[in-house]
Parts: sequence; C-alpha cells; structure tokens
Amino acid sequence: MRPMTITEKILAKHAGQKTVTPGDLVNVKVDIALGNDITAPIAIREFKRIGATKVFNKNRVVLVPDHFTPNKDINSAEQCKILRDFAHEHKLKHYYDGGECGVEHALLPEKGIVVPGDVVIGADSHTCTYGGLGAFSTGSGSTDLAAAMITGEIWFKVPESIKFVFKGKLGKWVSGKDLILQIIGDIGVDGALYKAMEFTGSAVRSLSMDSRMSMCNMAIEAGAKSGIIAPDAKTRKYAEERAERKPVYYESDKAAEYCQIIEYDASKLQPKVAFPHLPSNTRDLSDVGKVALDQVVIGSCTNGRIEDMAVAAKILKGKKASKKLRLIIIPATPGIYNESLRLGYFDTFTKAGAIISPPTCGPCLGGHMGILAAGERALATTNRNFVGRMGHKESEVYLSNPAVAAASAVKGRIAGPDSL
Amino acid sequence: MKIKGSVWKYGADIDTDKIISAKYLTTSDPAELAKYCMEVEDKDFAANVKEGDIIVADKNFGCGSSREHAPIAIKAAGVSCVIAKSFARIFYRNSFNMGLPILECDEAVDSTSAGDILEVNLDTGKIKNLTNNKEFQALPVPPFMQTLINDGGLMASIKKRGLV
Repeated sequence: MRPMTITEKILAKHAGQKTVTPGDLVNVKVDIALGNDITAPIAIREFKRIGATKVFNKNRVVLVPDHFTPNKDINSAEQCKILRDFAHEHKLKHYYDGGECGVEHALLPEKGIVVPGDVVIGADSHTCTYGGLGAFSTGSGSTDLAAAMITGEIWFKVPESIKFVFKGKLGKWVSGKDLILQIIGDIGVDGALYKAMEFTGSAVRSLSMDSRMSMCNMAIEAGAKSGIIAPDAKTRKYAEERAERKPVYYESDKAAEYCQIIEYDASKLQPKVAFPHLPSNTRDLSDVGKVALDQVVIGSCTNGRIEDMAVAAKILKGKKASKKLRLIIIPATPGIYNESLRLGYFDTFTKAGAIISPPTCGPCLGGHMGILAAGERALATTNRNFVGRMGHKESEVYLSNPAVAAASAVKGRIAGPDSL
Repeated sequence: MKIKGSVWKYGADIDTDKIISAKYLTTSDPAELAKYCMEVEDKDFAANVKEGDIIVADKNFGCGSSREHAPIAIKAAGVSCVIAKSFARIFYRNSFNMGLPILECDEAVDSTSAGDILEVNLDTGKIKNLTNNKEFQALPVPPFMQTLINDGGLMASIKKRGLV
C-alpha cells in the first residue's frame, strides 16, 4: 500500500478509501462543521434558500458567536440572533452563548468537541488550529459550511505536504508561536499555498498542547490548507481528559512523500516579532530596535489559552504596565477565565493596570474592545497584522508571543522578558 | 460567456481585510458590503467602479480570512471577473461557490495596466487586452470546478444531486 502522511491517512479514512494521493479530489465525511456570528448567518441563509430543513447531525454542527460578542451594536446583535434561533430550532447540542461563549478555536478543543483524527471544517480561517490535536481541520467559506451542514460532507483536493523538522531544544521564551512566525517569515504568506504543513522534531514534541494549537493556528498565514502535529502521549492525555467521541491517533508512515522538507535547529531560534503589515515580515527579537507602543493585547485563538495567561502573569507579577499604553488581556474561554481567576492571575493583571476582557475575538479583527486610532501602534499575540486590522488604516499591529507582549507592556516598547 | 470591462490594477497579497474590512461584517447584505469594497487599498474604488469592470492583481489575491463577504462585496460592486497570478485557497473556493468568475494568468497580469479594456471569454479562458492588442490564455478551470459552475454553484449542485 502507498505510504501516506498523517493528513493523507485522515482524508483517506474519511473518504472511505484505502489510500489517497495528493491531487486526488475526494468527498469526505466531516466530523464537525463550525460557524461563527460573522460567517454562519450567510450559511444559514444559503441553507434556507435551497429549502434544507434539517442538519446532517445536531451534535456535529457547532455554532459559536464569538467575534462581535458581547454584542457590540444592533447589527451584530441581529447576526447573533440568527445563530441563536437556528441553534434552538435545530436543537444543536453545541451552541455557546452569553457566559458560555468563548473564542471558538480555544473552546472546541477544551470541551472535547474536536478530537484527534477528526476532519473539521469551519467557516473561519483559523479552523486549522485543531491540527495541534492531530486532526485534519481547515477553514472554509459560508457556502461550503452550508453544504456541510446539510450533507455532512465536503470535497477536497488532497494536498501535498511540507514537513518542518525542529531539532534540538527550544531556547528560553521561545514558543510554538515563534516557530510558526519563523516559518512564515522564511516561506512567505503564500509559501504553503494549498499545502498541508506537518510539524515534527524534538522541539515540537516538547511543546505543550496549547503551544501546538498556537502553532497550527497560523498555518493559514502561510496560505496552507492545514497544519498538523502527530499525536503523542501528551495528545492522548489531553484527549482522554475531555474527548466526547473516541479519538483516532494517526501518524505519518516513515516512507511518506513530502513535496519539501525544511529543517531547523530550534536551539538557535529567538522569539520573533512580525512587523506591519504582513505576518511574514518577521524579525528576531534582538533586531527589533526601538518600537514604542500604545496598546498591548494578550488573547485570541492564537494565544489566549491558560499557558498564555500563565506566562503573562509570571512576567507581570509585581510590575506595572507602562502608563503610555493600554494593556488588554482576553482569556479565550470561560474555562480559561475561571482558571486564571482561581490561580490569582487576575489579581496580578489588575494590579499591573491591565483591562481584563470577557472572552471574545474583539480587537483581533478590529471588532471592538480595543480599537486603534490613526497613528497608534499595538503589539498583539494575535495572528494577523494586515493594514487596518485592529482599527484605523493608519494604525499598526505587531505580532509576538505572550511573554514578549507582557514584557513589552511593562517597558512601553517592544522588549523581551529578560530586559525587565 | 464573454465579458468586457475596464481594469482596476492591484499588487500582491491583497488580503480580505483590504477587500472588506471586518468593521463592516456586522451585515451580509451585498449592496451594503459593496459600498466599502477595497476601501483600505483604494478609497476611490467603490465610488467609481462600473458594472462589468475587472480587477487584475498580482499573486495570492484574497489571502487571510475565510469571509465570503469578500467575493460577495466584489461581485455586488459590479466587478465581472478577477484575474490574478494566484488566489488564496479559501477565497478561490468561495468565489466558485458564490459565482464570482476568477482566472489565473501571470502574463495577463504583467501586461495589463489600470484603465486598460479587457475582453474575457470565461468559457475558454482567453483574455484579450483591447488597449494594447495582446492576447493571453488563463489556466484552465479544473473540470470538477467547471461542473460546479455548470450546475449553478455549490448549493444548486447539492440540490441537483438530491442531497437536500
């Protein structure tokens, strides 16, 4: 039998085939179809327009109104209402509203809704996050979501895979976020267009589950269809604690084919900062120079998990954020929010002068909860720094890991934790 | 089907926030989205684009978000077709699904300037620049995608297959 990558194996299984080859068009069963308050209204409109009356499985269609919530204005309230009405009408098991709502790509893994070995499509480009669990997951538009909600299937062209091998040991303050920023800086924002990115090597194995999801989250920023890390003991433990379905653990065959293999010595890597206005515009922390800041945001589907809160609290403990900037911290889910509260992080954050936001995508996409004025500059642990991404089109967004963001909040300019 | 229109020319990596900024995503009404199409990249576009005009851009057009609002805004603004060196994959799928014609052609992008008049045969992929009299051939649309187009888009195709 043809040796396959983990991605090919998951797609073959869900297509009901023994093998697949890159370039094949396959119709695959989806385990989870996901939408949010921006994308699901269009999917629901399409669903109704062609006369569909039921979803393929009420336990597998997931709606999370996380982008403009708590509702920022009347229009966003109307969009959320479309989701709420649909969720109730179709008795969806996984609909999260109000105090149960969290940033979708942090919420679904935490609740065990997505499990290793799944095929997941979501009408949100950062759906690729679940590759951190060893699932094939990818972003789609609203019409693809509507089709999957009805049929439980989606067509894919089987992607070629690029293997990224991180050998050696990670340096201090270097996280999954830095590894993916390093890659995007090297290959560009379309460097993995249409491809699956597979991350391996001892440094990747050493990453926590949170950090693995953070890494896979930004595969889309290199244009990839998906990012994935093969499951190991950490994945199994994570899944056993929460999976609501039986996980399936896949790994790539030794002789699997890759269109490219890129190797790194992890011990030589520094924290990275992406400068405006593309995630590929990266520099090593030591080469940043003096960049004064008006705002720091720690949160999002990239870096709003408990590990991110923990590192921010460790650095901010007993310190004050610079009076020149606003520090906004957004725990990504109610679970992370409660755990941060229990562990005393909120005490540290508020004493440091931070604003603690309820779980929301909020400022990451320039929605609300921290919009920038013309000429302002933010450092964020988010995933995109496009022109105008966080507010005025003459504002700037820089991207980093949470340790650098927390230290920079104290310094008032981009700086590493060791500078404190 | 043949279309003819005036060119709006843009560079590489035109992201979805440039096509339609997230602050306008509190609605999915096509006419409303069209008012702000390309606002970040080109503030004159929405007010001056004419029915049938064509966007020509460099590589990786539509990168970033999965928002289908991006091709919806472009189509509702009156644009008949987007020609680029390459498209980000979610934008590519979305365009086929909601019926915005898109073509990939390096040479046409390199030999076309803003304001040129193009004639495009969507069935054959032939692109004629009537301003400088050059002709180009776009990459063929994959047969599977062509079937989707012939069926009238993804939702119509699902209905045709009796899956609703």
